[in-house]
Amino acid sequence: MKLESFFHLIKSNDRHLPRFIQRLLRKKIAMVCILALVVLYTCGIFAECVSPYGYTDQDYSSILQSPNSDHWAGTDRTGRDVLTRTLWGVQNTLILTVVAMLTGGLVIGLTLGLVAGYMGGKTDGVIMRVGEVFASFPDILLVIILAATLRPRILEIARWLEDTTALEGIVRTGVVDYFVVSFALVAFGWVGMARLVRGQILALRETDYIQAARAIGASTKRILFMHLLPNCISVIVVTVSMGMGALTGTEIVLSWLGLGIQPPRPSLGTMLLGAGNIGTLRDTPWELLVPGLAAFIMVVAWNLLGDALSDALNPRTR
Amino acid sequence: MWIYIVRRLVWIPILLLFVSLVTFALGRFGPGDPVVVMLGNRYDESTAERLRDELGLNRPFVVQYGDYMWGFFRGDFGESLRFRGRPVRDLILPKMWVSAQLGFAALIISVGVGLPLGFYIATRQGSWIDPTSVALSLFIMSIPVMVIAPALLWLGCLKLSWFPCSGWGGFFDSRLVIPAIVMGVPGIAGMTRIMRASTLDVLGQDFIRTARAKGLSNWKVNSVHVFQNAMIPIVTILAFSFAGLIGGAFITETILGIPGIGRFAVDSIFDRDYPVIMAITLIGSIAFVIANLIADISYAFIDPRIRLN
Repeated sequence: MKLESFFHLIKSNDRHLPRFIQRLLRKKIAMVCILALVVLYTCGIFAECVSPYGYTDQDYSSILQSPNSDHWAGTDRTGRDVLTRTLWGVQNTLILTVVAMLTGGLVIGLTLGLVAGYMGGKTDGVIMRVGEVFASFPDILLVIILAATLRPRILEIARWLEDTTALEGIVRTGVVDYFVVSFALVAFGWVGMARLVRGQILALRETDYIQAARAIGASTKRILFMHLLPNCISVIVVTVSMGMGALTGTEIVLSWLGLGIQPPRPSLGTMLLGAGNIGTLRDTPWELLVPGLAAFIMVVAWNLLGDALSDALNPRTR
Repeated sequence: MWIYIVRRLVWIPILLLFVSLVTFALGRFGPGDPVVVMLGNRYDESTAERLRDELGLNRPFVVQYGDYMWGFFRGDFGESLRFRGRPVRDLILPKMWVSAQLGFAALIISVGVGLPLGFYIATRQGSWIDPTSVALSLFIMSIPVMVIAPALLWLGCLKLSWFPCSGWGGFFDSRLVIPAIVMGVPGIAGMTRIMRASTLDVLGQDFIRTARAKGLSNWKVNSVHVFQNAMIPIVTILAFSFAGLIGGAFITETILGIPGIGRFAVDSIFDRDYPVIMAITLIGSIAFVIANLIADISYAFIDPRIRLN
């Protein structure tokens, strides 16, 4: 794509963009959601600087403390600070969901949806049928099976890489965990996006301005990326926002089952698992509070934001 | 219409072929040799080899797969590896019954609260109730199961001592309450949203205006004309939400100690009990696919405006 035409695209959009932002600013819920996400994710990313404790620091002089001025969210049975571990968990969740959304939702899902919708015919048939196969699995079950069966295989490959090449410490960095989880998330993340974009394209393909573009000899690439894609943006934005909520939920389920980031690195799922059994609930119920709140805030903020975005972007409510 | 149904029916075996092949392959080529798991510390090469022969694990993949599927359709799901010699069918049927009861209880909650609520909200269009309830339903739907289940357990069992803490005692046991709420409440939100949208759609139709114009009472218009027509799309959603319950069941059943199929599936995955995993995945997928099919077809039958081509 030529740089010039790209600027043209931005220019042609600059009447819509401020209007959209204005509408969004007027929505209090959306603003609260964005604020919550920004604060939570910033604290997560800079967990190392935000918190005075490390995520594995065990302080046996202060085990099982309820929330107090030193440990805002209390400590667990080995004296680790719950708030610190929650923030690190948020960081993990953030990395995994963003990776899965970028690769699965945006790159794979968007491209396949565009291609299927525009090409039609056999290409469309194949892509949509494959999507249907993926969608007909009870997805959470298969994500679990995938993660459970893939992990040891990928670990083997990583160890082999360490042995045969000079690289060391691949396994220790936890890269394998990130890879397994994002793969399992991506496998099912693309279908929804592909379907939505395809539907949108199907409707747009027959509109007059696309016909006109084709008539004056615009290339397929140009039609796809200059004319069709910008008109799907609103659908995509909403789907990404809602999808981030769903991905966050699934990531927490995976790590809850012990299939996500492995200890000693903290993840929200493993923390919730530890906090959720009846013995821990009886002795230290606060262990559930902060990780639970963090998980809930992430999911709810993305969902409410998606809802507000779809209101703000929907031409019929303008 | 009939062409559509036939086409969908032809598609089902193809789908299930894919699902079964993928699951079977993941099981066979996945990690964790089941023979090693079974023998534990009694493991030695010759015993392992004999056991593999006995279980037929040495045969080519295609033969094993064909053999399994042939058995599956005759109702023979193989034998569990974890519980040596127990047929998978005998293991999972009672557990499925438990999960079905739990799912039914959850569905009663979501339908019983969600439908009237959604209807009420739609008829109060324009007041503050409407936008608030939409946000609220999203809010409730977003609470992760692994947060709400322990939270309710803490409240209902430890703080208030209303219910026993875990276990299962059948459909009419107080221990059903917490899991049914955990699984049913997110459904309320979904049901409310859909019923609201559906009712709003009907309210905008001409025949409602006609009914009002000819002087029918508000109650009569609402109950006869609006409610009945608004119910049409709900049929679709009911099938979907039942399938959606499968996901929540894994975690709810594990946390609350309910001997259902969700918890059994999770345990089996970790113990690499492939025959059990295979059977659960296949049965789950078949149920899922058929539920979707029934929903689509019934939708088309009820609503003549839909043309399926």
